[in-house]
Amino acid sequence: MKSLLSLTVNGRTRDDAVAGNLLLVDYLREVVGLTGTKIGCDGGECGLCTVLVDGKAQHSCLTLAATCAGKTVETIESLADGGRLNAIQRGFHEKLGAQCGFCTPGMVMAAEGLLRVNPDPDEATIRTEMASNICRCTGYVKIIEAVQMAADEINNGPKKSREAA
Amino acid sequence: MDGTGPVTPIRSIGVRMPMVDGPEKISGRAQYTADFYDHNALTGAIKRSPVAHARILSVDVSAAEALPGVHAVITGNETDEGHGVLPVSRTELPIAFDRVRYRGEPVAAVAAETIEIARKACDLIRVEYEELPAYFTAADATADDAVDLHDHRPGNIERHVDYEIGDVDAGFAEADLIHETEYHCAEVCQVQTEPHAAFAEYDGERDEMTVRASTQVPYYVHLMLSKILKMPKSKIRVIKPFIGGGFGCRTEALNVELITAMLARRAKGTVRTVISREDTFITHRGRPEQTVKIRMGMTKDGRVTAVDCRTVQRGGAHSGYGIVTILYSGSMLFAIYDLQNVRYDGKRILTNTPPCGAFRGHGTVNVRHAFENALDEMAIMLGLDPFAVRRANLITKMGHVANDLWVNSYGLPECLDIVEKASGWAKRKGRLPAGKGLGLACSHYVSGASKPVNWTGEPHATVNLKLDFDGTIVILTGASEIGQGSSTILVQCVAEVLGIDPARVKIVAADSRVTPKDNGSYSSRVTYMVGNAAIEAANNLKGVLIEAAARKFDANPEDVECLGEVYRAGSQDEGMTFDEVVMAALEGTGTITVKGNFDTHPESWGGKKYRGAAIGGSMAFSYAAQVVEVTVDPDTAEIKVDKVWVAHDCGKALNPLTVEGQIQGSVWMGMGQAMTEETSYHNGLMISGNMLDYRVPTFVESPPIETHIVESNDPHGPFGAKEAGEASLAGFLPALTSAVADALGVRVHELPVTPDRLLQLLEDKEREMRVSAAE
Repeated sequence: MKSLLSLTVNGRTRDDAVAGNLLLVDYLREVVGLTGTKIGCDGGECGLCTVLVDGKAQHSCLTLAATCAGKTVETIESLADGGRLNAIQRGFHEKLGAQCGFCTPGMVMAAEGLLRVNPDPDEATIRTEMASNICRCTGYVKIIEAVQMAADEINNGPKKSREAA
Repeated sequence: MDGTGPVTPIRSIGVRMPMVDGPEKISGRAQYTADFYDHNALTGAIKRSPVAHARILSVDVSAAEALPGVHAVITGNETDEGHGVLPVSRTELPIAFDRVRYRGEPVAAVAAETIEIARKACDLIRVEYEELPAYFTAADATADDAVDLHDHRPGNIERHVDYEIGDVDAGFAEADLIHETEYHCAEVCQVQTEPHAAFAEYDGERDEMTVRASTQVPYYVHLMLSKILKMPKSKIRVIKPFIGGGFGCRTEALNVELITAMLARRAKGTVRTVISREDTFITHRGRPEQTVKIRMGMTKDGRVTAVDCRTVQRGGAHSGYGIVTILYSGSMLFAIYDLQNVRYDGKRILTNTPPCGAFRGHGTVNVRHAFENALDEMAIMLGLDPFAVRRANLITKMGHVANDLWVNSYGLPECLDIVEKASGWAKRKGRLPAGKGLGLACSHYVSGASKPVNWTGEPHATVNLKLDFDGTIVILTGASEIGQGSSTILVQCVAEVLGIDPARVKIVAADSRVTPKDNGSYSSRVTYMVGNAAIEAANNLKGVLIEAAARKFDANPEDVECLGEVYRAGSQDEGMTFDEVVMAALEGTGTITVKGNFDTHPESWGGKKYRGAAIGGSMAFSYAAQVVEVTVDPDTAEIKVDKVWVAHDCGKALNPLTVEGQIQGSVWMGMGQAMTEETSYHNGLMISGNMLDYRVPTFVESPPIETHIVESNDPHGPFGAKEAGEASLAGFLPALTSAVADALGVRVHELPVTPDRLLQLLEDKEREMRVSAAE
């Protein structure tokens, strides 16, 4: 049984006929065509599919698309600012918060969700709040630096001389 | 030319340059294999064996084929060609034919219009099995009455390696202390974040196949596709898209991509297969369960006089990298310390568990764990400082070591000095509060295998550079970017040689139709080998540009100065811009393509002292030392890693940012193996095949890692570089057990060091103390 789903994805309103058992992650990837959101496990284990639903970080693999009716969904594709990386993305780029990049969309969205609520988290808060996102490349060290750089930039404006040439 | 200052070549080497493909990954634009969709594509699904060891009596696919929406069903009949890494052991069929040897081995596959139909069709396939005795431990598989898994491997011994270098008995006679110790390491998995996937397009008109796959070795996949499909290599194209890590489990062609291609040909169309996390675990190719027994002789000042190492690996159901792994475990006892007398006995056993492979630190990690623990145990017995014991055994002369590995740069002494100082070892060791401890260990790794498993006589690496009217230099390379930063390093190498803005240099990698062949991303070979090839290619291009400039200047090429973005002859000449030089170079010839190659030196090929001695042979070895600090809760035995100090000798840090990332990732992956990660099976059924039961460390338990880079400048490395992404893994394990021993006085001999294992030891110790107090 399909029903009509009306919601906002990355600022655009949409109406799609979806099955009641369709997961949000499959809706985003296969119906909307936004493949930036990744699937890394068989459900709720890795955090790779993290998106924002009404501004809050959520596992899109544990969310039925139909439950997002009337809500606002934001994915990694929505973050770029006029075609340029936003502060969090730039932090991940310049501090090497991404190696293979497969956990990165979920990791960046988790960071985005965190910084919207708490724009100046200390290291312990970053570790606790992002603990549902697994990265297998970095040992998390540079992801924490990336989030801290982004928080610093959001709070104090961009640094003049950045690490990147 | 604005003349505002002297023009100088732009430096790219040693610069903390973010990855060239970072923006794609971070914006969600990067396409990984599972991100390829095609409206006409079918979905592939694999039916797996529910038994660990059995003869297949019959496979009935009629009901599956009759299901509407099913386009192809294939079984073990589809090919009689096996795949595998070594030419001598290509005996693994992508789909089992007459026998299954592990639970989860593919027995059939389906291509259907939806995943639901494909799964239903798998359920409708009837397979009749006659079960055979199954062996889940190396001991059971080698019992006298055990049935052979493979006819050509009697006794289920994949390989028994046995040799002696030097005079071990004489070495023991020289020792003041002889000590024997044994360590057991659980099987571990790579758990790269991307589950395996393949996307195969069969062109029925031309009888050609294009495959995209989540692989570290597109060239090996190409070879195996040709073999399995019995198609000429010229009719196959393999493309490696973005890859979500690998850590070694994708260093051989996996059944996923081979099956997907067979399905595509049978369905005469396009098939997309993405397997689950559980099936990715079962496809495995992780580090084997391994027991290591070390008998070591030491003088009272800490010098190792003899080593006798006996080890057994549970290899799983197929050969895979098995022979290589068991050889590495022996050869890599050497080339880190000055060892003269070593006896090695290594057995690789076939068992009814998923096949093991080449996990990061391939073959070296578990043996290094036992060896470094032995050093620590003996240091305590002799009342020596663990640093002093390492220093008593350092290599003092460059060149060939006792088993003929070739060491030309050796930054281990400096690594030791750095972590000793940074960790405050001298002031803190033995003086920490109760429950806290410090541990030290060293480790090393190769910078590329000097003899590839597929010996063809070609150079080890080839890079092409294309330069055209737009002044863009395009690197064409088969090197597989898997997240380690290989594309970034190659851009840096080329930009450095030419002195140009690295933004001018673009890279196209790993598409067999476009890029030169490359063996792939394994054994930490890319920076060293492909980096050197890129440097040679860039030097060749520079020569072409200098000659073109010389023609315009009417000067001798040797009088032309290359300043990167400007070329000139004589310091008064205001010169030509890079774009002008490019146009001059294109005159009369058009688009320029140059090539660079790299070959290893025969001196680095390992020795001939025993069969398989080439394994371990490398142009250079990287070194690492690390100190781990722990706090252990005496009641729960929960271990917290407070901090890690690591120093890694990577020869020259071409990109200190990515080098740090590699070192931190290695240390942390070692922590996972040391503390939480292990597979578990119930009658051959993997019951840890998810990321909750198989516990990869999260943000919360991961420690700060203070990272130091040591630059020993290898004489043959690209700008002096060696590998950066593997050596630092192995050291964490023994540093952790030694830190726990320092904190509590008990040493855990089984990995991972879980609270229950540690608590058991603490209770045993307490009981012993009570008993001895009562006596």
